[in-house]
Amino acid sequence: MLDISISYNRYKFLGHEFLTWLWYIIENDIELINSLQQDPVSLVIGNRIVLENKVHDAVESITIKGNDAGLEEGILSLKKGAVVTEINLSYKTGSQEWSFNIKGESLNISSLKTPETGPIEKKQDIEGVVIEKIFLFEKITKLIDSLYKEFIKKRVSNDWSKNIVPAIKKWISLNK
Amino acid sequence: MGLLSPTASITRYMVKGKLEKPILESIYNELIKNSIKEIDNHPAEQIVGWTSFENPYLPDFEGSSFVIGSHLIFALRVDKKNIPTKVIKKHYNQEMSKRLKETGLEYLSRNEKKEIKDYVTNQLCLRIPATPNIYDIVWSYEEGTLWFFSNLKSANEELETLFKKSFKLSLIRIFPFTSADLMSDISDVDRDGLTKSSPTVFTV
Repeated sequence: MLDISISYNRYKFLGHEFLTWLWYIIENDIELINSLQQDPVSLVIGNRIVLENKVHDAVESITIKGNDAGLEEGILSLKKGAVVTEINLSYKTGSQEWSFNIKGESLNISSLKTPETGPIEKKQDIEGVVIEKIFLFEKITKLIDSLYKEFIKKRVSNDWSKNIVPAIKKWISLNK
Repeated sequence: MGLLSPTASITRYMVKGKLEKPILESIYNELIKNSIKEIDNHPAEQIVGWTSFENPYLPDFEGSSFVIGSHLIFALRVDKKNIPTKVIKKHYNQEMSKRLKETGLEYLSRNEKKEIKDYVTNQLCLRIPATPNIYDIVWSYEEGTLWFFSNLKSANEELETLFKKSFKLSLIRIFPFTSADLMSDISDVDRDGLTKSSPTVFTV
């Protein structure tokens, strides 16, 4: 295996491509996301998206944030060659809702908010709440793993350059 | 931003290797051996150690208290004395003036200046209490996974160092390459193709 710090920097583009592909999938192929989950889910872009565009040696960063922010600027950045480097997602299944940020280069999760757990009123309650909380966090780690696994499967297949990339390009060019 | 906080930040790891049996005893022994020590009234500027999840200010790992369900739950504590630069500068200048007056010299050598700076920092460290930072850990031993509740680079580096020192196991951070390499069930040919790949261009 490659040295960790070398592989981190050399292949962070995979994380950026993953998030860019994910945005495309959310907008165009939610059935794919549902097929990877046990129960029907809803996954939508939340209140923040960060894109980066490398122009020669300089890096241009675009952040779109706010609950009602439109994503037109993001599409415009994609048209100019940017990729998604960080995204806030809102995930729902049944009546439960999660929100979190995921960073492409590290796949680190931040600002993860889970559905409410039971209250801690006495010391004995801690164990139950901890187990419940871990179960709720696992929903997100499993979601990310299944999506990333699917992305990698597609990324190494011939389908990637033949069909998927052209479809993403078409989506970008037709989007306003 | 810990396990029970309203929002959490998680850095994920894979743990490679197995501990000597009985496992819980091995873990308990290492948690005790490398538990956090207090550095208040001591010249040390920083200390790192394990602490307990439920009572991080009084580490207690007795009675398998670090086991919840099938998970091992404890925390990393980093105690650091943050002395403002301006405070160091003030005491350094006062000490230097005193030394010049005592010796009758006009200038001090580089070594003497460094000695004064170390002395001043040590003296201030004795008087300033350390600020504790606590980062929760969920280690699923059987699954070989670990969650660390912080994305801070420095905290993750402290975790990786202390974990290796304590348990002699490899902690592999999950990021795009390691996740594709170790968790994606791709063939060797595809893995090879992936390592040779370059960024996709999505513009028309």
